[in-house]
Amino acid sequence: MAAVDLSAVAIPPAERSEGYWASVLRRLRRDPVAMAALAIILLIVLAAILAPYIAPADPFRGSMARRLRAVGTPGYPLGSDELGRDMLTRLMYGGRLSLFMGVTPVILAFIAGSGVGIFAAYVGGWVNTVVMRVIDVFFAFPSVLLAIALSGALGAGILNSIVSLTVVFVPQIARIAEAVTTQTRNRDFVEAARISGAGPLTIVRVHILGNVLGPIFVYATSLISVSMILSSGLSFLGLGVKPPEPEWGLMLNTLRTAIYNQPLVAALPGVMIFITSISFNLFSDGLRGAMEVRQ
Amino acid sequence: MLLYALKRLVYVLPVAFGVSIVCFLLVHLAPGDPLTAIMPIDATAEQQAQMRAAYGFDKPLPVQYGIWLFKVLQGDLGASIASGRPVASEVGRAVGNSLILASLATLIGFGFGTFFGFVAGYFRGSPLDRLASVVSILGVSVPHYWLGMVMVIVFSALLGWLPSTGAGPGGSTAWRFDWEHLQYIILPAVTMSAIPMGIIARTVRALVADILSQDFVQALRAKGMGEWPVFKHVVRNAAPTALAVMGLQLGYLLGGSILIETVFAWPGTGFLLNTAIFQRDLPLLQGTILVLALFFVALNLIVDVLQSSLDPRIQRG
Repeated sequence: MAAVDLSAVAIPPAERSEGYWASVLRRLRRDPVAMAALAIILLIVLAAILAPYIAPADPFRGSMARRLRAVGTPGYPLGSDELGRDMLTRLMYGGRLSLFMGVTPVILAFIAGSGVGIFAAYVGGWVNTVVMRVIDVFFAFPSVLLAIALSGALGAGILNSIVSLTVVFVPQIARIAEAVTTQTRNRDFVEAARISGAGPLTIVRVHILGNVLGPIFVYATSLISVSMILSSGLSFLGLGVKPPEPEWGLMLNTLRTAIYNQPLVAALPGVMIFITSISFNLFSDGLRGAMEVRQ
Repeated sequence: MLLYALKRLVYVLPVAFGVSIVCFLLVHLAPGDPLTAIMPIDATAEQQAQMRAAYGFDKPLPVQYGIWLFKVLQGDLGASIASGRPVASEVGRAVGNSLILASLATLIGFGFGTFFGFVAGYFRGSPLDRLASVVSILGVSVPHYWLGMVMVIVFSALLGWLPSTGAGPGGSTAWRFDWEHLQYIILPAVTMSAIPMGIIARTVRALVADILSQDFVQALRAKGMGEWPVFKHVVRNAAPTALAVMGLQLGYLLGGSILIETVFAWPGTGFLLNTAIFQRDLPLLQGTILVLALFFVALNLIVDVLQSSLDPRIQRG
């Protein structure tokens, strides 16, 4: 025992302690729910990326003679849709557009929203007031309403759907970014840096970004689930992807006529949206939990 | 109290002004002008110009906005391009139906949400807490339009218990509180309640857990107060925030009902929006969105004032 104690003491104190992000990762890895959610997300992403190589059939070609087959029909493991196309294939391909259209707005809004929020908070004064008042106006619209209003006015299309959702999320992220930055810029170490002669760019880059990007990022990941539901919802309404392109929301819409013949098949695209959305939610929760404990 | 309400009102007016600008610009976001979609293909340039002048689309944007705002303030939302009827009366009829549906959904969601939230907050870490957390995360993650379809599949297609679409027998759109009509609202209301239920459960759980960990609760227990009176203290402390969340959820549901109203063909504002979008009836789209957004702003204001009157500690600067 004594030898062990001595060796512990002998460790040089100069050795680098575990960094913040390393400790977040370690805590995240010990969270079974978050890890399971991450595994499911990776599985769905992989299936979408590899769809051309592993999907059993052609996503566009079907046979009207074999339309609306039940789940488990030989040759159609998950049944066939209203035009006789293989459901498993279309669900795999559908992940491509659904994930792309759900995740892209959040990434774009993360970049733009952080930029706006950090800028407004760092500059402060009347600039901040004006920016935040404009953001308040966007908060006056429930997000579903704003997304549908914008897509409705812009017209259907993949790009328009992404643009609308980005506009919906930018104010939300900007508000969080502004709040976190205002908190950080009033901390003593920022004041100390300023007194030591650091320029505004250096302060933002070194002292602000490192402290605010984490919380903003966590908030952004929590939006992915909402974004997936909304973007598929826009396609469900006919405002996003156009047929015959496979996309979960649109598939759900076109299969609505089949709920009396093949209820299980008709519900499948929604199950995919549900699984993806819940996985992103659980992973985001895990990430927040892992990041809340500081050092 | 009254002073605070007035202060909030002064703060809300610029927001309402901003909302009107956004709604006005919506119409001009689309490529071309709002008349492009309905103009006959063989209209001559002269006829097109006449039409544009008739709707006022030939004037500069700020002038158009001024005229539009002046009319809106008098309750005139313009005429629907597709049907020619005044937008205000169309929206008025639809808002009533949406409000009935959204209120019922909020009540159901609030009832179950607070129940699950209290149970989870009181018995933290227990299997009940985990169950309540699962229910709340399912509620916020479920694509509600899909949940609506599943409800129709189960309760209409498979069991045949309830009608799948519409708001009354024979496609009636006039709402009445009798069983004939009530059976039509059950499925959409239950579907819609999933979202506020999840959010309210989460909020209440966090609130209750936070309140229970405060010193005053320990003090109450230390002086020998029973569980029931302590529970009443917890309720009193959690109520303002929980009610505020409920109020906001009503606004979100009213504005976000379009997907569920489409699934169930409920004759409310969502259905109206859907029609407006697909007929490219931009004045109708603009009017409906303006009314819904202003309703949301007003609701926010009411919730804020109510909350601060329930709990004077909460006052926004």
